[in-house]
Amino acid sequence: MKTKYIYRLFLGCLTSLTLLSCGDDFVDVAPLNENSEDYFNTPEDYELALVGAYDLLQATYLNVLLGEIASDNTLAGGESATDTPGIQEVDNMTHTPVNQQLRDIWGWMFSGVNRANYILEFQDKIDFEGKNEIIAQARFLRAYYYFELVKWFGDVPLAVDKRLLFGDQFTVDRTPAAEVYAQIELDLMYAAENLPATQQQEGRITSGAARALLGKAYLYQDKFTEAANALDQVIAGPYDLVDDYSILFLQEGENSIESVFEVQYTDKEGAGFGCLQCSEGNVAVGFNGIRNYSGPEFDSGFSFNVPVAEAYNAYEPGDTRQDNAILDIEAFAAQTGATYSKGYEHTGYYNRKYLPLKGDANLGDANLTNPNNYRSIRFADVLLMAAEAHNRKANPNDVLAQQYLNRVRRRAFGDQDHDIVATGAALTDFIFAERRLELVGEGHRFFDLVRTGRAAQEIPGFTPNKNELFPIPAIEIELAGNRWEQNQGY
Amino acid sequence: MRSLLSFMVIVLFSAGLFAQTGEAIQVSGTVTDMTGMPLPGVNVIVKGTSRGTSTDFDGVFSLSVPQSATLLFSYLGFQSKEITITNSDAINVQLQEDASALDEVVVVGYGTQKRKEITGAVSVVSSETIEEQNPVRIEQALQGRVAGVNVSSTSGSPGSASTINIRGISTNGDNRPLILVDGAVIEDLSVLNPNDIESINVLKDATAGIYGVRAANGVILITTKTGRKNSDLRVNVDSYVGLQETTRKLPVLNATEYGAIINEAFAAGNQAPPFPNLSGLGMGTDWQDEVFRQALLSDVNATVYAGGEKSSYSIGLGYLDQDGIVGGSAANFERFTGRGSYNLDVTDALKFKASGIYTHSNRSTLLENTLGSVLFNAVNMDPTKPVRDANGDFTRATGLGNEVINPVAQIANTFNATQVDKITGTVGLSYEFLDNFKIESNYQFNYSEVRNRSFTPSGLDYGAGKVFNNLGVNQYFVNDSFFRDYTWDNLLTYTNTFAEDHNITALLGMSAFRTSGAFYNFQGLGVPGNTFEEATLEGADQVIDSRTVNGGPNEFDQRLLSYFTRLQYNYKEKYLLSALLRRDGSSNFGPENKFGYFYALSGGWVLSDEDFYDSDVVNFVKLRGSYGLLGNDRIPAFAFVSTLNGEGTYVFDNELVFGKAAGRLSNPEIKWERQKTYDIGVDLELFNAAIKITADYFNKRTEDLLLTPQVSGILGVTAPGASAPIVNAGSIENRGFEFSINYNQIINDDMDFNIAYNLTTLKNEVLKVGNASGFIPGGGFGFGQEPPARMEAGFPIGYFYGLQTDGIFQSQAEVDAHATQTDATLGDLRFVDQNNDGVIDGDDRVNIGDPIPDVTMGLNFGFNYKNFDFTAYAYASIGNDIVRAYDRNQNLTNKTNYVLNRWIGPGSTDSYPRVTTGPNSNLLFSDFYVEDGSYLRMQNMQLGYSLGNDVIEQLGITKLRFYVAVANAFTLTKYQGFDPSATSGAPIGGGIDQGFYPVPRIYTAGLNFKF
Repeated sequence: MKTKYIYRLFLGCLTSLTLLSCGDDFVDVAPLNENSEDYFNTPEDYELALVGAYDLLQATYLNVLLGEIASDNTLAGGESATDTPGIQEVDNMTHTPVNQQLRDIWGWMFSGVNRANYILEFQDKIDFEGKNEIIAQARFLRAYYYFELVKWFGDVPLAVDKRLLFGDQFTVDRTPAAEVYAQIELDLMYAAENLPATQQQEGRITSGAARALLGKAYLYQDKFTEAANALDQVIAGPYDLVDDYSILFLQEGENSIESVFEVQYTDKEGAGFGCLQCSEGNVAVGFNGIRNYSGPEFDSGFSFNVPVAEAYNAYEPGDTRQDNAILDIEAFAAQTGATYSKGYEHTGYYNRKYLPLKGDANLGDANLTNPNNYRSIRFADVLLMAAEAHNRKANPNDVLAQQYLNRVRRRAFGDQDHDIVATGAALTDFIFAERRLELVGEGHRFFDLVRTGRAAQEIPGFTPNKNELFPIPAIEIELAGNRWEQNQGY
Repeated sequence: MRSLLSFMVIVLFSAGLFAQTGEAIQVSGTVTDMTGMPLPGVNVIVKGTSRGTSTDFDGVFSLSVPQSATLLFSYLGFQSKEITITNSDAINVQLQEDASALDEVVVVGYGTQKRKEITGAVSVVSSETIEEQNPVRIEQALQGRVAGVNVSSTSGSPGSASTINIRGISTNGDNRPLILVDGAVIEDLSVLNPNDIESINVLKDATAGIYGVRAANGVILITTKTGRKNSDLRVNVDSYVGLQETTRKLPVLNATEYGAIINEAFAAGNQAPPFPNLSGLGMGTDWQDEVFRQALLSDVNATVYAGGEKSSYSIGLGYLDQDGIVGGSAANFERFTGRGSYNLDVTDALKFKASGIYTHSNRSTLLENTLGSVLFNAVNMDPTKPVRDANGDFTRATGLGNEVINPVAQIANTFNATQVDKITGTVGLSYEFLDNFKIESNYQFNYSEVRNRSFTPSGLDYGAGKVFNNLGVNQYFVNDSFFRDYTWDNLLTYTNTFAEDHNITALLGMSAFRTSGAFYNFQGLGVPGNTFEEATLEGADQVIDSRTVNGGPNEFDQRLLSYFTRLQYNYKEKYLLSALLRRDGSSNFGPENKFGYFYALSGGWVLSDEDFYDSDVVNFVKLRGSYGLLGNDRIPAFAFVSTLNGEGTYVFDNELVFGKAAGRLSNPEIKWERQKTYDIGVDLELFNAAIKITADYFNKRTEDLLLTPQVSGILGVTAPGASAPIVNAGSIENRGFEFSINYNQIINDDMDFNIAYNLTTLKNEVLKVGNASGFIPGGGFGFGQEPPARMEAGFPIGYFYGLQTDGIFQSQAEVDAHATQTDATLGDLRFVDQNNDGVIDGDDRVNIGDPIPDVTMGLNFGFNYKNFDFTAYAYASIGNDIVRAYDRNQNLTNKTNYVLNRWIGPGSTDSYPRVTTGPNSNLLFSDFYVEDGSYLRMQNMQLGYSLGNDVIEQLGITKLRFYVAVANAFTLTKYQGFDPSATSGAPIGGGIDQGFYPVPRIYTAGLNFKF
């Protein structure tokens, strides 16, 4: 190779130095990495690109963390009042269009959309057995990322089966949320029909996951009948509740029978603060961790996302979830001799569901590489969503709603004495209350309050007709050519 | 390759057939100096041609010349002489010493020129200068020696690199000049042994444009030593040993002061004082004493030279071993160099040269200049804690923030080594024909292997929540890199003189350059054995290959194909003109923009050669000017196509799975940065060259800067491994004035001295940043704060952007009257409400300094008396600002002792805020943390004694000199940190001090021995 070049150069150039065009192909070097526009030539190419589209699920740690902090469940915490101002502002509902964390969510979710659309853009390039399943997973992922975007920001640019490429940002408009939801529904219906109920590999998307997310998307649009139908199919199987709530969020509770969709993390590859989205670990867990902790069971962390006493005290006596969902660090330290220090806004409570656990390898930056999977859609959540759908639909079925709700409560209390027998609006309130108790610390609360119209009464500092949506980062509006209108109130 | 060589030989010999013309006579003679001592190595050239020879050890030469030819005798440091040959009688030539050195031959890129004929801004550092300074690294020889060249250390640790900027920072990207060693591209100067260097020439202006697309940051041409023909075997041995120590320790609080201040801060924050009893705390641990130590440095070199009638050679060997002043042998640099060169005159016209350098080095390092680096920890560690606890275990640094750990434990648990093996070689053949022509072909290559190993033992526990903890399995990192490049230059030179006075040199050339390499990075988890020595990837629980993560081969291949021509003309060496044109093709750019044309024009006028010129004081005056277009192609390869080198990693079945994803967004329109530069200069010699002055004004404007702008997030640019495209969208201007003056005075036979002074002023201004936000941020300060440095139109690149302070709040009335400042109360810093909106926030940030010095100066003084010699050399940098960022400012971290002057009540101080653990905004980036980093440093002082001639003759040797020296003897500065001279060198984010490894003070004793 080298000799050939030299020879050609020599013959072509040295003897005729005036001929300037000779040997110019010497500087035509093909890139060593694959060209993205000349890809998808084998089934494996599709599979590898699909893994790339899954990757951004791990970046949703921030949606969970910030979503929880936005709610009335927790305070921002951290080292000091100036520790990560973007998080502090969201906690105080004083966030503005200048907010790094909101910009991260915006960029990371669109990254996921673009990677899914990369596959879908080239879905017809070759045909092979099993392609439908790959397409179905890609469409689920696109729906998952768009659902996050529409939850946080409302109307967002919708791209279907094509990537948004450089230049598109100056022409694409914000698509009304209803249209985005319509596409989410289409994608999830396709995924539900083309995916198996169970997968060989833990972490793969199933038809159940697609139906559960579809039901959730309906619920967010108050389409209760459709939601009930979709969720009933999930309840039909193969899922069940794990008997013991206390192991649900431990290592052994990962990818359990209760897990409908679970974002996979590992402690085997970390990342730095420069690229938190690059971590294969759950970054939120380190942020949740107990400040300067030394003792059994847990590892230390940054003391963000600390539950308030009111959330801890919301549980009835006998509810096994209280101390398994929320850690009373003072009581725990008194009992075990563990030591810790108090961070900003110390409440005495920690989010026990997602705390760094002792014994994990945490390679790289230990605080950023925790292996705790995020239980994105739990069967208990499906039951409560279904209960709500049946209770709130046009022709309510409160008996079924009670049944679903009480299935969750019986696990919590270990008896049937705490069953709910209410109906109608009273039942609705019980379901709402149960969602908070069952799902605290999992990032759902803020969006539940918003979609049910209760945010203003529950969240301190919440401004109605403004804080229902988060602002589109100002810089993103600017970078798209200053054409988009900001969300109301910002 | 074989066909190539045979072709080459045919071309050269066929050309040679035409060379024999006219009737020739054989002429011989002897060349001596004015005292009759024979001069070996004098160049004897037939005027107007490139034909010639040089004198042997006895000053004798012999040459075949055409009838009535004029012979030109030239020798460095002597005035040239011309003699017209009429017959074949032996001639004796006496050359007169010349203080002005105008005839000195200077390398100017693909050729040489007499100093008098040079039209560009070129500076030369000779081997004598290098010898005077004994630098460990060659860059140090340039600092303060050459006007317009700014050298700053990125660290004082052994083997660390320096940053060289020629005439300012002209790009936000790579600002390194092009460095060629005997024509071969060298990126990392640590592989060079300074003793092997004959000269360093710096091309600063548009005349560097002969190197086209790589010339925008200036060009440094390094020539290594070669043997001389007709000389007996000579041996030089140079050796020294040195002792290094830190120049400064930061004045941090001792344990008692610490306890008192911490108590006060806690009380102010309504928290219980952690140290109820201060008595007994005493002085506590001085963590800086625990990490700083005196460290050894030793260096030995031997060089052998010899030359016969037709050939010459030299061989050099060198060994350097340097420990660090932080961590001792844990921060070590060891270098072995072997070098050889060989020149052969196959015939009078056909000449062959070859040289090779082999370098083997080993380096181990500690974490430096970042949060959690060793010195950062030494400054912030709690002084009440002992190094080891009662059980003999390292104390854990609990409660001090996640990065601050016991620095002694950190040193003990840091394991890494980088081994470099590098071969640089050059082979060249030149042939002279038809009296005026010379054809030359040179092939230069580098091959290097860099093997980096590092190890993190399992069970590392520095305290709860520390980022450096490794409680799980051990980790072993194996990073192997292979680099190869070649440069192949082919040159045709035509030299002639017309009508006696019109001298022309024309050059036509082409050059092909290719650099390629491969990287192999492996991470082994749970490797057998828990020590660095035992660690291997075999038997690891898991091995992660970075190629699977990034989805492809980790290789690069960048190429450059260039054609160039240059015409140099002068009339009587009085009117000088030079023009050059170069066409470069770079593989870094897409098909549309691969090729670029670069040019330069320069001219000079030796005013003092005019008939009307008459001055006994100013003997030589030359006016110079140059203008040209240069380029910069130093961007990552293949930015013009979209490739799948992003990161797409996920987890299935609890195992990592590696997919594929797009990397950087492509920009097919990307092209090189263009730099338009001009220079006006004057060279003067006064009092028969006792005083020499050079002054230049320069202006460099870089356009089409390659930036990575922020782009819309909807394009997926923030995905792992992805990034925004590179675009041409900025402009920077550097302008300044350079002045140097050199005064030589011989007082009598026993005494002479020399003073040299140079000064450079620099004004850097960003003219345009063509992205949406209008600026590019960089650097880091504190925690969770925005980057403190910016590149923005109207400001110097990398200026510091923060709040401006206006004293301390002394009363509640002041607080109330002031704009709303979050958490502000008595004793807090008062920030200026720049936009008068009644609120202190990010919009009130302004320019609060920049890291670029306004003026730099060097002063060299040399004095010889009898057998003693003395040199001293000082350097000053004025107007560079530094961000003090080595304080972690956690509740329990230690503090520098300015907090003893803190605000304690109304009127107590208007400079230093109160201490408190409560909420406050004193830690926001403001001018409170920006300091003037101006300094004056005594770089080097050296005193030598050489044995007298009578003793030397008795011993049968040529030279024996002993010396003692102090490098970095003292620094005058107001800066509070370790070292005002250090900077990371980043164009945006340089000058931020997070615990710089200070440049050590070195005491050395050594000898130079020649026989």
